[in-house]
Amino acid sequence: MSAPARPSRPVVAFLALALLATILALDTLRSPAVDLFNAPPPVALGSGAAPSGAHCSGG
Amino acid sequence: MTRTRAGLVVFALALAAYAFVAAGARAGLLVLIGLGFGLVLEGLRMGFAGPWRTIVTDRDGRGLIAQFLAIGLTAAAAFPLLAAAPDELFGAHAPVGLAMIGGAFVFGAAMQLVMGCGSGTLVNAGSGNLVGLVALVGFIGGSFLGTLHLNWWTGLGALPVITFQGLWGANAGLWITLALLGALGALVALRAAPGKRMPPRRLWFAAGLLAVLAIANLVIAGQPWGIVYGLGLWGAKVAEAGGADLAATAFWSAPGNAERLGESILTDVTSLTNIGLLAGAFIAMRWKAAPGAQTANLTAASWLAVLVAALVMGYSARLAFGCNVGAFFSGISTGSLHGWVWMVAAFGGSYLGIRLRPILLRPAAPATERVPA
Repeated sequence: MSAPARPSRPVVAFLALALLATILALDTLRSPAVDLFNAPPPVALGSGAAPSGAHCSGG
Repeated sequence: MTRTRAGLVVFALALAAYAFVAAGARAGLLVLIGLGFGLVLEGLRMGFAGPWRTIVTDRDGRGLIAQFLAIGLTAAAAFPLLAAAPDELFGAHAPVGLAMIGGAFVFGAAMQLVMGCGSGTLVNAGSGNLVGLVALVGFIGGSFLGTLHLNWWTGLGALPVITFQGLWGANAGLWITLALLGALGALVALRAAPGKRMPPRRLWFAAGLLAVLAIANLVIAGQPWGIVYGLGLWGAKVAEAGGADLAATAFWSAPGNAERLGESILTDVTSLTNIGLLAGAFIAMRWKAAPGAQTANLTAASWLAVLVAALVMGYSARLAFGCNVGAFFSGISTGSLHGWVWMVAAFGGSYLGIRLRPILLRPAAPATERVPA
């Protein structure tokens, strides 16, 4: 049995971007808008604030 | 071609501007850093899983030596920065434990089956690799599922967090890190075949750029470059949208994780660089005059093997406290012992994965030409 034709790289790349856009859209619909007045300073170093992000190394 | 490239520049700027407007300046900067990661990894063909394979199969050590160089350059800046601003920056520090070691081993095997690690999966998907796209779906699912059982796995036994800074101080810790990386580079050079020891110019350039971007990530985000947390968060968001109640789970009820889950993805630093990375790989692929051929087609059973391996890869990355980026690259470059243990365990797993590849990944028969009657 011969293999089906495969989509080209640009087509697959657009599908990947579409997957990302779907997740972002879903999140935008379900999450509150970011309060820009409470947004962290642009650069953590020198901000005087503890980092608030989460990392793969955290449990 | 010029119009396409102009469109790609506009796309990159629009993505960063969207993050800036929606979530603030830090979000915009992190998307730009992610774009840089994607452009460097895809544009200069630097990766993690590939060189771990070619040192075994082809005795080609050039990519691995470039990885050690990038990690060393990052460490040279990260150690002093972490020492100077311990209240503003933190390293990728995690405990060594049974589940962590087992997770790294399994991750190493799985990454050879999906032909890409954490960053590699994003780069492959963004650059149009069909295996990468299938793997991305599995990786998101697996890294989310890993969060549901993480407490049980870590309960099997773990040491306290051990860092080189804690053992020997920031200065000595850095020098020991650089000496170990140098020794590993020498070992790889000895193992490599003649002509496959010295990285080509593009890999030197890529290693330097990766280090600059990783340091910028640390300075701006306050934490090192990571991949897996963001993908697990995306999986959790999708699961919640599907009706799952994650508030009762140990991982997602922890204060920091609950905050990430309740807020926009655009407030999660790892997600922001992941978004940029995928888009950057897309831009690098489309920038070329010819985007390149699609990967070899596989049998249906092999596609299933890719999906399962990606699920396992995501799950095991969560147990291992990171992938090649969060544990290996960022763990070692910020002084965490777990990064070194991760590397040894994952390399063993990678060796197994290389052996499994020809068994589990079988090419499909080529499409037959329709011959006119």
